[in-house]
Formats: sequence, structure tokens, C-alpha cells
Amino acid sequence: MTWIFENWERFWEVTEVHLRLSVVPVLIGFVLSIPLGWFASRSATARAVLFPLANVLFTIPSIALIVITPVLIGVKILDEINVIVPLTIYTVALMVRSVADALSAVPGHVTAAANAMGFRPLRRFLVVDFPLALPVTIAGLRVATVSNISMVSVGALVGLGGYGQLFTEGYQTDNSAKVFAGLIGTVVLAALADGLLLLVGRVLTPWARAGR
Amino acid sequence: MIEFRAVTKRFEDGTIAVDELDLTVEAGTITVFVGPSGCGKTTSLRMVNRMIDPTSGTILVDGKDVLTVDPPTLRRGIGYVIQQAGLFPHRTVLDNVATVPLLSGWDKRKARTRAAELLERVGLDPAFGKRYPAQLSGGQQQRVGVARALAADPPVLLMDEPFSAVDPVVREDLQNELLRLQAELDKTIVFVTHDIDEALKLGERVAVFQTGGHLAQYAKPTELLAAPANDFVASFVGRDRGYRTLTFLHADVPVHPVTTAKLGERITVSDWTLVVDDENRPKGWLSGVDGEIEVAEKDLISGGSLYDGSTLRGALDAALSSPSALGVVIDDVGAVTGVVRADDVIKALAKARAAGEVPK
Repeated sequence: MTWIFENWERFWEVTEVHLRLSVVPVLIGFVLSIPLGWFASRSATARAVLFPLANVLFTIPSIALIVITPVLIGVKILDEINVIVPLTIYTVALMVRSVADALSAVPGHVTAAANAMGFRPLRRFLVVDFPLALPVTIAGLRVATVSNISMVSVGALVGLGGYGQLFTEGYQTDNSAKVFAGLIGTVVLAALADGLLLLVGRVLTPWARAGR
Repeated sequence: MIEFRAVTKRFEDGTIAVDELDLTVEAGTITVFVGPSGCGKTTSLRMVNRMIDPTSGTILVDGKDVLTVDPPTLRRGIGYVIQQAGLFPHRTVLDNVATVPLLSGWDKRKARTRAAELLERVGLDPAFGKRYPAQLSGGQQQRVGVARALAADPPVLLMDEPFSAVDPVVREDLQNELLRLQAELDKTIVFVTHDIDEALKLGERVAVFQTGGHLAQYAKPTELLAAPANDFVASFVGRDRGYRTLTFLHADVPVHPVTTAKLGERITVSDWTLVVDDENRPKGWLSGVDGEIEVAEKDLISGGSLYDGSTLRGALDAALSSPSALGVVIDDVGAVTGVVRADDVIKALAKARAAGEVPK
């Protein structure tokens, strides 16, 4: 703890990087997983392709993906893209299933009623299906966010990645306080992000707690 | 008016859901499609607003071929009430009711004002408007479903087994409410049910569908009961159909006086005595005690159904279900006016028959 206060500027700097490297992939991955999840919820073929693919992508070790990304997309090894792309892939792999499950769980009589009222497909998705899928989707988003915040540290092995740098530096200089500071940062950040999403979810879905 | 002309629906697996249906639903009436599951009644209903398209044939709504109208536009002009109400759980009751007006481009305030009016119209306190559907009982949700279907004032209303998921008491309330609404609104209503009693109660015309998508008979309820077109209709209408016919008869049954007593009173019980409360409403029967007693709650034998002077069926049922074989007659406020006897009901039936009131 004292390390954090004595090196506040440094700590804040890695926190910023860590936050950016974990939140940006969550946002991009979330946006990408909505159409993919919708597609998977509608078509058995899409499910048969997307779900196994998501599982395979998720089993690739993060270190391998981070090392291989610059080779695949041809950017410099120290570019943040090298962390953002793999973490986006993990987010999509997690979220496709969440979004698909959430959309599939919208009761059939509700969607049938929406069709019978005269909703066109896009408006039905925006006004009926997606809002009803929010509780399950946000639960998935919380898992993806926390897992990203933890995984960003791996980026330190290629010279990137927030708190991960504190781990590698602390290890090399035998400075356990530094490692510990990185650990605290990661846990606190994850808890805050999780709590924030929980709160956002509650605000967006007041109906989900309407008395039964 | 809705016309089905040689409408056939064959599903991809080859099953024929509806077979050459020719039928005209008159404007301003409640027409009930009734039949066992798999008879094509629901498929027929859903072809009207193009939730399902026919394989061949034509459906006209007010003279216009539905296949020439784009489905969302068509549906906004046709009210639809679904089983379990199908309300949007994430929107308030008021916003649920305002759905179709909003889709049709009304401004928000006008749509909400209209929605509040409709809540009152279907017998709900406008204060319910702020709640979510999960905070309502099944019967209340179904009323909201009806209000939502009526919001844009469509001339045609399709009702797909709307009351089948609620308990019998609530169902009867909802049925009466629908009849009351229809008397005010005069819509063209197509109502699907598998419950023959519901069909006979609500339908001005009843279409009985037979397994395989055939229309077995299309007639007024009384005709259906008196002259079933074939064995299927006869068996579907049921072996109680003589009894059901009584539903459509309103004849005078003599009302006899009855001995009444109040709780706490000291009386001598000689025969069946009806115990009433301070407002003269029935509480139960008293019998089988000798000598003078004080009337106590624990000695009461609960009574049968009450007859409110509506139909002969109600009168007969009151008499048959009463422990004393005397059917209790009540007035508008529920106070006892006397009793009826089963044999009097049978006599009234014979008289009505002689006068030609019962269709042969």
C-alpha cells in the first residue's frame, strides 16, 4: 500500500493504461457481439458455427494471441492494438453466447404479440427484444469486463499493459511491494467496474425487480 | 366483415391445417372459432393479420385482400389479444396500451391520454398505468391486453384463446366484460377457444372446426345445440347439450317464499331454513336440529349456486346444487327474494317448448 502512495503518479499512469486497454476491447467486443448474438439466436446454422468457434478462440492462451497479433495484422509490437485486438476477440467469444441466450430467453408470447401489434423487425429489436435481453446481457458483460481487467496484465510480457508492468518490474527487481500494488490495483479496478455495471443494469431495468 | 374464400393452409411437413375454408364473419358481431387442438382454428385466425399466410385462397377484410397489404401496416389496423396477454414486461401498463398508437406515429402525450381512457374502459383504475405487468394479477393483465388491442380503435379484433390461462371465476368476469364492451363498441370480433361453453356464451355465430382443418358447422349457438350438423359436432357440443340449451332460455320460474333467520337469533327449526346476514344476503342453510336453538355459524350447511333471474340454466343449477333442493334467488344487490324448485324449471322449459321457443 505504501508503494502506491509513494509512487502515486506512476501508479495513476499505469491505472489509466490498464483501464484503457481493458475497457476499449469490452466496448468494441460488446458492439460486435450484438449482431452476431442476434444472428445466433435466430439461426441454428449460425449457432453451429459461432458457438464452437467462440469456444476455440477462448481456449487460445492469451499470451500466444498477444504475441501473434502483430504478425497477423502487421503493426509494431509495442502498439496498444496488440492488446486491444486479442481482448476484443475474447470479449466477443464470451458475449456472443450471452447475447444469443438473452435474446432466445425473450418469451415467445411477447415477441408474437409484438409482431401482431405491427412492429417492423428493427424497431422490435430495439424496443422489445434487446431491452428484455438486457439483464442476461449485462450479466455476461460483467464477466467479460472482469476477465479483461485481469487479462490485460499479460500485455506486459510484450512491453504493454498497465499493472502488468508492475508485476514484471517487481519480479525482476525483487520488489514485492510493487507486485502487490499491481495486484491491489487489478482487484480494486475489477470490483469497481463490476459494481458500476451492476448499477447501470439496475437503472436500465427497473421492471426486472417489479414485485412478483 | 372478414371473408375466407377457399382458404387452405398446408404446412411444410405436409399437414393440412386449414382445408378449403369458406366463411364470412359479419361486421359488428362476435364470431367464435371453436374446436379441439389441431383443428385449424388458430391458424385460420392468424391468417387474418398475416401472422401466417395461406397456401391458397383469399382472405378479405372489409373487401380488401390481406395479401396485398404489407403485414406491419395491416396489423396496426387489426387488434390482437393473445393468450397470457403477451404484455411487454419492461414497459409500464400505460406504455403497453399506447403501443399501437405510438407505432402509428401518434405523439406521446396523445397516445398516453388515449391509453388512460382505455384502461378505464376495460374496468381498470388508471393508477395501474404506472405499474409493470408483473405487478398485476392474471385477470388484470388480460384486461390490459384487451385495452392494448383496442387502443388504435381498430374495426376488427382478433382474440386468440385470450382467457384460457386464468381461473374460472376470473374468466367469467372477463367474458362478461367483453360482452359489455362489445355492446358499446360494436367491433367485428373473431374469438378462438377450445372451450365450448365459452363459445356458446360469447358467440353470436359459432364456427365448429373439426380435426384436419374442416369447418364442421357454422351457426348460431342455439342452432348448434338443437341441430348439430354431424356426429362430430354433436359429440363436441357434448352430452350436456340439452342442459346447455337452457342457457338461451329466459322464462319465468315461480319464486316461492322461504323461511329465513339471522345469526344469533333463537328459532325453532322445523324444515330447511335459510340463514341470511343483516343485508338479507344468503349465508347458508340450517336443518336437522330439533327444538329451539340459537343460530350459529358452525351449524350452517353451505349453499349451492345462486340464481339471479337470468337464464333457466342458472335456475336449474341453483336448485340442483342446493342442499335443500331449493335454489336461492337473489336480486341485483344480492339479497334473497325467495327460492325456485327444479320441477318448476322443467315445467317452464316445457311451456317454452310448447310456445316454440326452443329450436327443434
